[in-house]
Amino acid sequence: MGKKGEKGPTSEASQSTNGRSADIAAWRSKRLVNGGVGIGERKRAFESISFRPQPTVVSWEDGSSREQRETIGYPGEYPFTRGIHATMYRGRLWTMRQFAGFGTPEDTNRRFRYLLEHGQTGLSTAFDMPSLMGYDADHKRSLGEVGREGVSVSSIEDMERLFDGIDLASVTTSMTINCTAPIAFAMYVAVARRRGIPFELLGGTIQNDMFKEFIAQKEWISPPEPSVRLACDVIQFCAAHVPRFNPISISGYHIREAGATAVQELAFTLADGLGYVEECLSRGMEIDTFAPRMSFFFDVHNDFFEEIAKFRAARRMWARFMKERYGARDPRSMMLRTHAQTAGVSLTAQQPVNNVARVALQALAAVLGGVQSLHTNSMDETLSLPTEEAVKVALRTQQIIAEETGVVNTVDPLGGSFYLEQLTDDIEREALAYIAKIDEFGGMLRAVQLGYPQHEIAEAAYQFQLRLERLDEVQVGVNKFVDAEEELSIPTHQIDPSIERDQKERLVRFKAARNATTHTAALERLEQVCRDRGNVIEPLVDAVDTGVTLGEASEVFRSVFGEYRDPGLV
Amino acid sequence: MTEDDPETGPEHKGAEPQRGPIRILIAKPGLDGHDRGAKVVARALRDAGMEVIYTGLHQTPEMIVRSAIQEDVDCIGMSILSGAHMTLFPAVLQLLKEEGATDIVVFGGGIIPKGDIEALKAQGVGELFGPGVKMDEIVAWVRGVVGARE
Repeated sequence: MGKKGEKGPTSEASQSTNGRSADIAAWRSKRLVNGGVGIGERKRAFESISFRPQPTVVSWEDGSSREQRETIGYPGEYPFTRGIHATMYRGRLWTMRQFAGFGTPEDTNRRFRYLLEHGQTGLSTAFDMPSLMGYDADHKRSLGEVGREGVSVSSIEDMERLFDGIDLASVTTSMTINCTAPIAFAMYVAVARRRGIPFELLGGTIQNDMFKEFIAQKEWISPPEPSVRLACDVIQFCAAHVPRFNPISISGYHIREAGATAVQELAFTLADGLGYVEECLSRGMEIDTFAPRMSFFFDVHNDFFEEIAKFRAARRMWARFMKERYGARDPRSMMLRTHAQTAGVSLTAQQPVNNVARVALQALAAVLGGVQSLHTNSMDETLSLPTEEAVKVALRTQQIIAEETGVVNTVDPLGGSFYLEQLTDDIEREALAYIAKIDEFGGMLRAVQLGYPQHEIAEAAYQFQLRLERLDEVQVGVNKFVDAEEELSIPTHQIDPSIERDQKERLVRFKAARNATTHTAALERLEQVCRDRGNVIEPLVDAVDTGVTLGEASEVFRSVFGEYRDPGLV
Repeated sequence: MTEDDPETGPEHKGAEPQRGPIRILIAKPGLDGHDRGAKVVARALRDAGMEVIYTGLHQTPEMIVRSAIQEDVDCIGMSILSGAHMTLFPAVLQLLKEEGATDIVVFGGGIIPKGDIEALKAQGVGELFGPGVKMDEIVAWVRGVVGARE
């Protein structure tokens, strides 16, 4: 514990190249009791939120400066440790993208317009649970859940209403949806086709990451193998027809929120990415035709430097995998572009205004880590869907970082910090060890089927809980600096029951008005393509256009590929 | 940490030799996938010497009550973060009544407004734990209610 700064190989390497390690050793013995290991310090051990021991100090003798020049490189150049663009935020700020969605498509459409009016530069759609799990608003399992945690979308008409008055050719839209992503994507594309917008102009991102569903978020229809294939259908279709659209957002966010450490988040997310690459390559796709449009999505947690190092390590690792393992030649294939969201799990129901400070610090870490877009959580999100006022403070937090702090003025301003570079190296090494283990299983599909990442995350979540209860982890306002008088005031988020009723009635009318012949033919064609293991996107676009609903298309997946059930492992 | 903890298993067995450990069903109703809390609680109860059956995700009230009866549990603990607590808890209580299994104690956890907590307790929910609760508190509460019934 706490010995990182003085351990062997790196110190020896620097000794041979610069002969200065005697100085740091002398400094340590002179200034630090017991070399700084646990004596004369405020705590016995200093550890990150991911349980990683932290050194007292790191000096340039600790890493090999010669090696580091190669691994760090320059901004906009391989291996992109310092950022994917040479000018980073001097060229263009990150996209401020607040996730929104609730109620009817009209309700969410109004929130979208509100956010655009207040300077937001991209849209991000939250769908309700039935849409995310493949049930129409009028399904029995949707009862009480319609429009509750996101917007209800069952038909192409809902999708049209959601984006009413918003120019799909100029605004980029992110859709957070996974097992039903191929269907939602088909609806979006079909709406564009109805409006006469060429597919080439459509920009945006669909999450479409099924590995992390089985690992962490747990929204699924069918078992892992066909689910991953369907996700890759979207990638394949976009590579051919919708070149500006990111067909997948490989997400560590949910993995982290489920309890993973920073290293696990990084390792499992990149391993998920490798899993999709393998599936695409097995279809005969060429790496440089799809890798440039694979995008990522990470959490930004409380541990400031650990998070910054995580983003830097992620870029370097992905670049190397793409170049060295898959022989990518296009530098865009090697660039890890990422969205980030502040850590919902770090927010507290107690003293909720404190969350504004947490979010600001996390957002700053994301920016110093060089992300391409960012969602800042609202202070009231542990309690219910955020109020408009809270959403505005969250957006303003990003604007303050961008416009007032000056951190955007210089590219990768922390690059070269002894501590940060060593931390980046350490996190990379530890994540690579996890990926090597997943490779031993035979890749992420097999590892997920065996429950390996699921188990690792549950274990880390439990360890974290024990640390909280021992006060090894502090949550201000929860287990330290508690306001004894505080009574949790939890606003009841009133979902107007008319939302569910209206959505159902509208859907029933929609279904009744369809042409039965074309509807049946479209469903049969979709089913046939599923049985033939063909790419489902094109038949899906036609199907939703003729009125096939999200629930009906999901039912085809259920019947052909089977239904997945949670093994319920603890 | 359980074996050498004097407060767990052995003492319980000593107090009630014919009866096995407390049996609990941890259940996760609804469509959402937020199972972190449910799994942590399940693990903590298990580490405290109880027999824990975890339903897995996406359960309906009918599935939960069926499992509870089949597994002959003392308690059902439901984790609800979706805001649907005012429909799901009463549904489970009602089904238990219909099955003549009201001896099974129902408790839960999640983000639940105070007024709702009072209303649900009045309907027969044993306890509702909010954010920041310690695992020890849950363990002690379960021991208290199940022990008291014996």
